[in-house]
Amino acid sequence: AEVFLPCRSSHQAEPAPVLFPRPPRSQLGPVSVHLTRNSDVRNTVGNIPMEWYQDYPHIGYDLDGKKIFKPIRNKDELDEFLDKMENPDYWRTVHDKTTASDIRLSDEQVDLVHRLQKGQFGDQPSRHTQIHSCSSGPIVSKMVHAIKMGWIKPRKPKETTPQYYDLWAKEDPNAILGRHKMHVPAPKMRLPGHEESYNPPPEYLLTEEERLAWEQQDPEDRKLPFLPQKHSCLRAVPAFSRFIHERFERCLDLYLCPRQRKMRVNVNPEDLIPKLPKPKDLQPFPTTMSLVYRGHTSLVRSISASPTGQWLVSGSDDCTVRFWEVNTGRCLKTLEVGGAVKGVAWNPNPAVCLVAVCFESTVLLLNPALGDRLVVGATDQLITSYEPPEEDKEQAVTWALSEGPEHDKGHRLTLTHPKGVKQVVWHGKGDYLSSVMPDNTSNLQVLIHQVSKRRTQNPFRKNKGLVQCVSFHPLRPYFFVATQRCVRVYNLIKQELTKKLTANCKWISSMAIHPGGDNLICGSYDCRLAWFDLDLSTKPYKMLRHHKKALRGVAYHKHYPLFASGADDGSVIVCHGMVYNDLLQNPLIVPVKVLRGHQITHDLGVLDVTFHPTQPWVFSSGADATIRLFT
Amino acid sequence: MGGLQKKKYERGSATNYITRNKARKKLQLSLADFRRLCILKGIYPHEPKHKKKVNKGSTAPRTFYLLKDIRFLLHEPIVRKFREYKVFVRKLRKAYGKAEWTGVERLRDNKPGYKLDHIIKERYPTFVDALRDIDDALSMCFLFSTFARTGKCHVQTITLCRRLSVEWMNYIIASRSLKKVFLSIKGIYYQAEVLGQVITWLVPYQFAHDHPTDVDYRVMATFTEMYTTLLGFVNFRLYQTLNLVYPPKVSQSLSQPWVKHILNKLSALSASLARVVATAEEEENQMDQFPTEGDQENLEAREKEQKEQEAHKRLFEGLKFFLNREVPRESLAFILRCFGAEVSWDQSLCIGGTYDVTDESITHQIVDRPNMDKQYINRYYIQPQWVFDTVNAKMLLPVEDYFIGVTLPPHLSPFVEEKDGDYVPPEKLKLMALQRGEKPDDDDDDDDDEEEEEEEDDDDGDDDELTEERNLKKMENQRAQGKTLAVKVTPGKVRPWETGSVGNRVRLEQEEKAEEKRLAIMMMKKKEKYLYDKIMFGKKRTVREANKLTAKRKAHEDASKAEKKAKKQ
Repeated sequence: AEVFLPCRSSHQAEPAPVLFPRPPRSQLGPVSVHLTRNSDVRNTVGNIPMEWYQDYPHIGYDLDGKKIFKPIRNKDELDEFLDKMENPDYWRTVHDKTTASDIRLSDEQVDLVHRLQKGQFGDQPSRHTQIHSCSSGPIVSKMVHAIKMGWIKPRKPKETTPQYYDLWAKEDPNAILGRHKMHVPAPKMRLPGHEESYNPPPEYLLTEEERLAWEQQDPEDRKLPFLPQKHSCLRAVPAFSRFIHERFERCLDLYLCPRQRKMRVNVNPEDLIPKLPKPKDLQPFPTTMSLVYRGHTSLVRSISASPTGQWLVSGSDDCTVRFWEVNTGRCLKTLEVGGAVKGVAWNPNPAVCLVAVCFESTVLLLNPALGDRLVVGATDQLITSYEPPEEDKEQAVTWALSEGPEHDKGHRLTLTHPKGVKQVVWHGKGDYLSSVMPDNTSNLQVLIHQVSKRRTQNPFRKNKGLVQCVSFHPLRPYFFVATQRCVRVYNLIKQELTKKLTANCKWISSMAIHPGGDNLICGSYDCRLAWFDLDLSTKPYKMLRHHKKALRGVAYHKHYPLFASGADDGSVIVCHGMVYNDLLQNPLIVPVKVLRGHQITHDLGVLDVTFHPTQPWVFSSGADATIRLFT
Repeated sequence: MGGLQKKKYERGSATNYITRNKARKKLQLSLADFRRLCILKGIYPHEPKHKKKVNKGSTAPRTFYLLKDIRFLLHEPIVRKFREYKVFVRKLRKAYGKAEWTGVERLRDNKPGYKLDHIIKERYPTFVDALRDIDDALSMCFLFSTFARTGKCHVQTITLCRRLSVEWMNYIIASRSLKKVFLSIKGIYYQAEVLGQVITWLVPYQFAHDHPTDVDYRVMATFTEMYTTLLGFVNFRLYQTLNLVYPPKVSQSLSQPWVKHILNKLSALSASLARVVATAEEEENQMDQFPTEGDQENLEAREKEQKEQEAHKRLFEGLKFFLNREVPRESLAFILRCFGAEVSWDQSLCIGGTYDVTDESITHQIVDRPNMDKQYINRYYIQPQWVFDTVNAKMLLPVEDYFIGVTLPPHLSPFVEEKDGDYVPPEKLKLMALQRGEKPDDDDDDDDDEEEEEEEDDDDGDDDELTEERNLKKMENQRAQGKTLAVKVTPGKVRPWETGSVGNRVRLEQEEKAEEKRLAIMMMKKKEKYLYDKIMFGKKRTVREANKLTAKRKAHEDASKAEKKAKKQ
């Protein structure tokens, strides 16, 4: 049974003889359902708000003009409820506001109401036809017209609740969206971790500092979007204040966030590491530091080993040149020169015992008088046997023979240059010598001297940039000049440029030529080492970024397939660099050892490296005023 | 040479994308309508691969839609409905302005509406697609069903959401497909497996929301409109698969005859649902035996898993619960019924309680208060966390840790799957041991023992320290004297790795390997090195985080132990 709603009964079926003026729809207030009773009490106040009688004991007047009194006690909610529960006729009881009394509807009246609700006529046929006022005539005709023209449509039955049915009854598993190929499904929400628990393990709670840091971070930067909290029981858990926010943000993500498919790289990092031959199989190479040569008091700029491998010469900023015995680490000789020594070079010819030393604007040729006395004597003889040519040519440098105490100290020849000299290099045969005077402004940067004829020439007519270092080809008459960015290879006989190698680095610091002559390495101040294969290309065959800081020195071994580089990070890295005779096979480069030992002083680590001529040993000189031998 | 000059940005990716404003102009829609259309049709912006190319050389931040998507929107019949609605609003405003009340009435009655059925069907061509995407719909419906009926959205929406969510819960109960539950500080997470799809949804705690001002409820309402339609159809289909009547009907007659509204009855979650065909209770679905010879092990594993799942479904079967009035009734009743328990509650709390507190056969009473005045001997008084932890552990956990007034063990998230290297909380380790069937040691005794041992250790340590100090002092004295003495040559020590003991050799080998690897890494190509570094960075970060958590845990345990000790004394 449904609860009957008395308000739905309309006033059209009112059997009352009095026709009240029709109230406007918006003010449809109390509906006066006048129903016959034994004693016909009827209020004559009309259709007025009954609240006006609130403060009076009566509620209006009956047909005889007598006051209708309110019932003594109003029903309250409880009475109402009890009535609802207990009164079987509750559903057919209506409250008449005008008389303030409850009326129980009889069966016929209920029937009548039902009929009216269905839109049927009441059982009593209407006795009088409805007469419209004159003013409503045109409106009705208008409406009729509108209905005829289809402008006014009949009311549709309203669906309050949505109707569901089996939407996927005829689903086609192969049906795909037209834009399916590009469809990126939205990622699901992240699942919560332990820290989101209402009672997380204690380690997930933030400490005081972490909490402060969390609060100071921007909400976007925070790793956790919420503060983990611990509640002792479920009862104590409060509402999450950002719940609606988070849902809303999810909504925004769903329709506003651009989506893109991203391939996740799923590689085992071990697979990325290249497979190289084991360093063990590439022995011999230096592995441990065995000797430290101490004695210098300032940074050791340059070192050089004698061709026999018995002696080592070093030049330092403390204005001395020291000669060491390699095997014992003893300093045999110390020579004071007139300035900080920039470079030393031992003559590679084993039949000659000469060392070139450069400091300030002087290149000094020394005879250290070490080793075979015959060789020492032969060297002196070589120098004294010079006969000046008939016509004296104007030379760029002045050659002076040392005499007296200087001769006793070992000085033999002094070459006074017009500018400061940075580097000296010997040719493989030991007769020619080249010196570098870096200067960006003139063409007088590189000089080639011939010792036996005491002749000097300037090979270049033009300035091609600041020269960093030079080197002779070990076998053929080629000359390598490294400027800031590139290495130029000149043919000395034809007097022409044969190749220009571009090292992809900012500033070349050092250079070394493979004893075979076809390969070359360049160290640079921007931490790179470039390996050039001259047969392959003018671009580096390989760039090695092994060092963390600027490279200062590089060197090849004469016999073993080894090369080493020293850098400001204090390490010497020894690599296996195998060059094959087969022209089709590219060189194999494998780093085999990182040698550490030098302390970093004034941001400088290793300044020069050189290999022992016969053994797989490497010497390195550093800014910590030591020379170290790694065997 | 002939041919037209090729212009830039007239081919390729630039023509595949369209900016939002252009799209809007093309569709001739206002921004709000465009937004609504995008939400309903599931159109989202795409991030082009080369943004600058698509953006015609500009780098201004713009959102791009696929041109195909927008073309696809052009034919949408709902766009016409939007326009009709716009016209309706205009007419209504006019009628109001002219005070034509009958006109207003008529217009109101003919208010244009639209249906989203075809959009749902189009967006989710198969039922499984719809299920896959139902997470957000559920979370949203559960949220909307907790809203108060005050102005933030239509009351019909709220009741509809409530109805749909209750239907969903009833389906989950009937199908017993709940898998995991989690009490978080945000709300309660549930995870169910429906037709092979893992579905997770979040239900807020039962509190009034303080509605934020910076949230656009219109957007949320549009989403809800879509989601309710989707969820309704999904529910229908799901009920059909279980042979249940939809809209759901309660099968057994409740003892409260005055409860007229079906929704109230359903939301009590205590009655089982009526079936279309009255069959015997669930038939045992046994796995078919396929004659496969090759992967016998695989088959066995699968069978075992199946069995485990069955056991999980019957976790609480035979247990009788009573919920005290302070615990969240709906969630607990839902979970307990999902695993086959009998649940009841106080009559004054909600309808649908089937037995009283006084029932002697109750095995567990769920309580969330510090103490109880009247306790029955033959039942456990436990805190609600027990139910959640038990469901996640897939086994009945010992009730001792969850008794009334006891400090609860931490509640762990069941969604975390630790890979090797990740931090695993000790509670989880303990739980895993329990699941394997190992007996947990008596913690208290253990702790005491440990403490004692530690104390001893401490003493030892002190002794050691003392002796060490003495030694150090001696050394210092010697050194002080040594300064005055002449330099002495002492025999050198043999380096440990030079002696050939086994341990050293192993270490040596390891070192060699490590060095080899370091050298090989030096030879990596730049690109690979970058990738490698990134991966290694990520790995290191996880390790660091795990270490941090371990350290924190240790510190906490030390602190709590110290506190305990202090209390003892």
